[in-house]
Amino acid sequence: MTTPLLAIEGLTKAYPGVIANEEVSFVIGEGEIHALLGENGAGKSTLVKTIYGLIRPDTGQMQWRAAPYAPTAPHEARATGVAMVFQHFSLFDAMDVAENVALGMDDPPPIRQLAARIRQVSTDYGLPLDPGRLVGDLSAGERQRVEIIRCLLQNPQLLIMDEPTSVLTPQEVDILFQTLRKLRAEGRSILYISHKLDEIRALCETATILRRGKVVASCDPREKTSRQLAEMMVGTALTAPQRVGRDPGAVLLQVDGLSLRAPSAFGTSLKDIALTVRAGEILGIGGVAGNGQDELLAALAGELRAPHHVIRVQDQPVGRFGPNTRRALGLLCAPEERLGHAAAPDMSLTENALLTGAWREKLVWQVFIDWKRARNFAESIIARFDVRTPGPHVAARALSGGNLQKFVIGREIMQRPQVLVVNQPTWGVDAAAAAAIRQALMDLAQGGAAVVVISQDLDELLEVADSFCALNAGRLSAPRPVPGLTMEQVGLMLGGAGDMEVAHVAT
Amino acid sequence: MMDLSSINPVVLVAALMVAATPILLAAIGELVVEKAGVLNLGVEGMMITGAVTGFAFAVTSGNPYLGMVAAATGGALLALIFALLTQYLMANQVATGLALTLFGLGFSALLGQGYSGVSPPRTPRLDFGWLAEIPVLGPIVFRHDPLVYVSIIIVAAVWWFLRYSRAGRILRAVGENHDAAHALGYRVRMVRVAAIAFGGACAGLGGAYLSLIRVPQWTEGMTAGAGWIALALVVFASWRPWRALLGAYLFGGIVTLQLTLQAAGWRIPVEYLAMAPYLVTIVVLVVISSGRARRTLAAPGSLGRPFHAAG
Repeated sequence: MTTPLLAIEGLTKAYPGVIANEEVSFVIGEGEIHALLGENGAGKSTLVKTIYGLIRPDTGQMQWRAAPYAPTAPHEARATGVAMVFQHFSLFDAMDVAENVALGMDDPPPIRQLAARIRQVSTDYGLPLDPGRLVGDLSAGERQRVEIIRCLLQNPQLLIMDEPTSVLTPQEVDILFQTLRKLRAEGRSILYISHKLDEIRALCETATILRRGKVVASCDPREKTSRQLAEMMVGTALTAPQRVGRDPGAVLLQVDGLSLRAPSAFGTSLKDIALTVRAGEILGIGGVAGNGQDELLAALAGELRAPHHVIRVQDQPVGRFGPNTRRALGLLCAPEERLGHAAAPDMSLTENALLTGAWREKLVWQVFIDWKRARNFAESIIARFDVRTPGPHVAARALSGGNLQKFVIGREIMQRPQVLVVNQPTWGVDAAAAAAIRQALMDLAQGGAAVVVISQDLDELLEVADSFCALNAGRLSAPRPVPGLTMEQVGLMLGGAGDMEVAHVAT
Repeated sequence: MMDLSSINPVVLVAALMVAATPILLAAIGELVVEKAGVLNLGVEGMMITGAVTGFAFAVTSGNPYLGMVAAATGGALLALIFALLTQYLMANQVATGLALTLFGLGFSALLGQGYSGVSPPRTPRLDFGWLAEIPVLGPIVFRHDPLVYVSIIIVAAVWWFLRYSRAGRILRAVGENHDAAHALGYRVRMVRVAAIAFGGACAGLGGAYLSLIRVPQWTEGMTAGAGWIALALVVFASWRPWRALLGAYLFGGIVTLQLTLQAAGWRIPVEYLAMAPYLVTIVVLVVISSGRARRTLAAPGSLGRPFHAAG
């Protein structure tokens, strides 16, 4: 038996109130792509941060090629040969590619030399990059390339990738996988974190599954079905949301020729967007992050104003109206960012329920707040959407991501909207809560509402939506009916791999 | 009656450099602080603290340069209080900065008792010999006190530091996205504390320039809003050092012109002229932060946001 590259023995890390990792042990061999599977909050991030030296474990040890390994800071991990591609990009928008790469190195060469090396290494691996471009102007796929190149320049033995494909189009994922397989062929190891099971089955030869901080199983993912893997992750059998056939009714939301300048320097301008949603219909809008999703939601919600006749709810023009007037007319929205946009972090659930529900639920009388009604409203959301919390007096910040998401989506659904627009409804939410939210959206449409779901999770859109549009650089494609739509076609609608594909052919 | 012929452009330019130096020093310090992602609204307080400590040390020791070192130290010490409160005790930056200004104004008045009406030791002009005799160029470039040159050297050094040095790149990274910088293993707080101290030292030096060279005398509240102008200047300069120099000289020019016009007996009430520099600052800020200019107005991404190291 050969010595493993990295052996982890009995790692435990506790935070006040939670044990993030409990007696975690596993080994990563040389030249192996090892999957780390688990739901949100299963302790994957804590574990990889420990390996990368950002967190020190309470007990347990690690061995690197049979020698003790206990990094106290990322530069020690990098010196040993560990590199990490972060889930939320650790990039600096206002700086160029070369500077971003230099910041991730301990001893960067002068920028000009570095730029030449970036050009060379990036073309070697089929991920071409222009070192002089500003990172804020790059697409998500290109930004990830910056991170990967930054790691590769340090010649790592172990590359940690935390949810690398969550922002990529299917074609970009293929290119990434080719790069990863090439790295494996060179004898490097990869620790691959994901909850996308098909990817793991396609790429990895071993998998360690975490649940609530503990290793619950190790297996060869190629020998398991996605369903078996999912059940190991969640610990219970899963029920998929039920889909019922619906007949579309009257047009409830219509948008014609919506063009808006991006409000911020790194935002995306909307270009001539047209969409129609009928009663009982769910329109899915897919796209890689940063292609105008936030701007589209803001324009529909009324945070950004548009020419009056461009947006119509039940044939009533609303373009110039603000969010409250639109709510009164039945157009409700739930933005992506839970803390700080959909909910005020330090306010209680009752106060948060009041924020959007005040008028439709008559929680205010003249200028006074009817606290009793507001509390009842919050309690009814908590009860109906199974929000796990001690009560409506708890601050929004104290809820877990999934529970808060159920609350903010539930808050809009409970107001019986004619039109509901949600952005990333299940982002960072565990599987059970995600299924509940999707079911609620489908039930709402079943009840005669028009629903727009903006999401980067293509599986989710194909599951809930009746028709699908792709949002690409601020433009919306024509809708296509979901039944019969393949992942391949969806990927092409999303703009495929853009210049990545071309560049790949060229190398 | 107005007599514009009495205005000598060469004298005007030389005078505007003197008028601009205190705000330039304070602004270049604050620029570094904001590039590191911290908004310190206490510039006014640090300036006036520098003005009084510099004055007191110069008068007591008889050496103006010792006074300037003391002023920079005083400003930096006050800034470190801000750093402690905002970086370690997680106090709100805006509130703490305002408190620092109020504290500085009161504290300097207390320290300055007994120094009113005293004359500080003179700071000699640098002697450039025959260079100073060159027509036009001589009076503008070669007849100043050392601190005018020091301020320009600091601007050049900050520009080089931010643009070409590794430490400067790290500082910009911390200001642009502190979570990412932390994830890469940089010490966000330490970088910020150092930047805050530098900003305090520059503001203190700017204050000392007022009390030791420009006025030169100590009076309570003598900075008279110069710290606020410096803050506006950083935005005006869109966080670029040479633009800060340009802005400071533009502002110094308006101040000087306003004084000259008063002396020339312009019939506009004095109050309007005195208002002019501030009005121009507001107009410039409005113009620069609206419309297309806004897109190039690249504020550091993490500016003013508190940093909590997670995990």
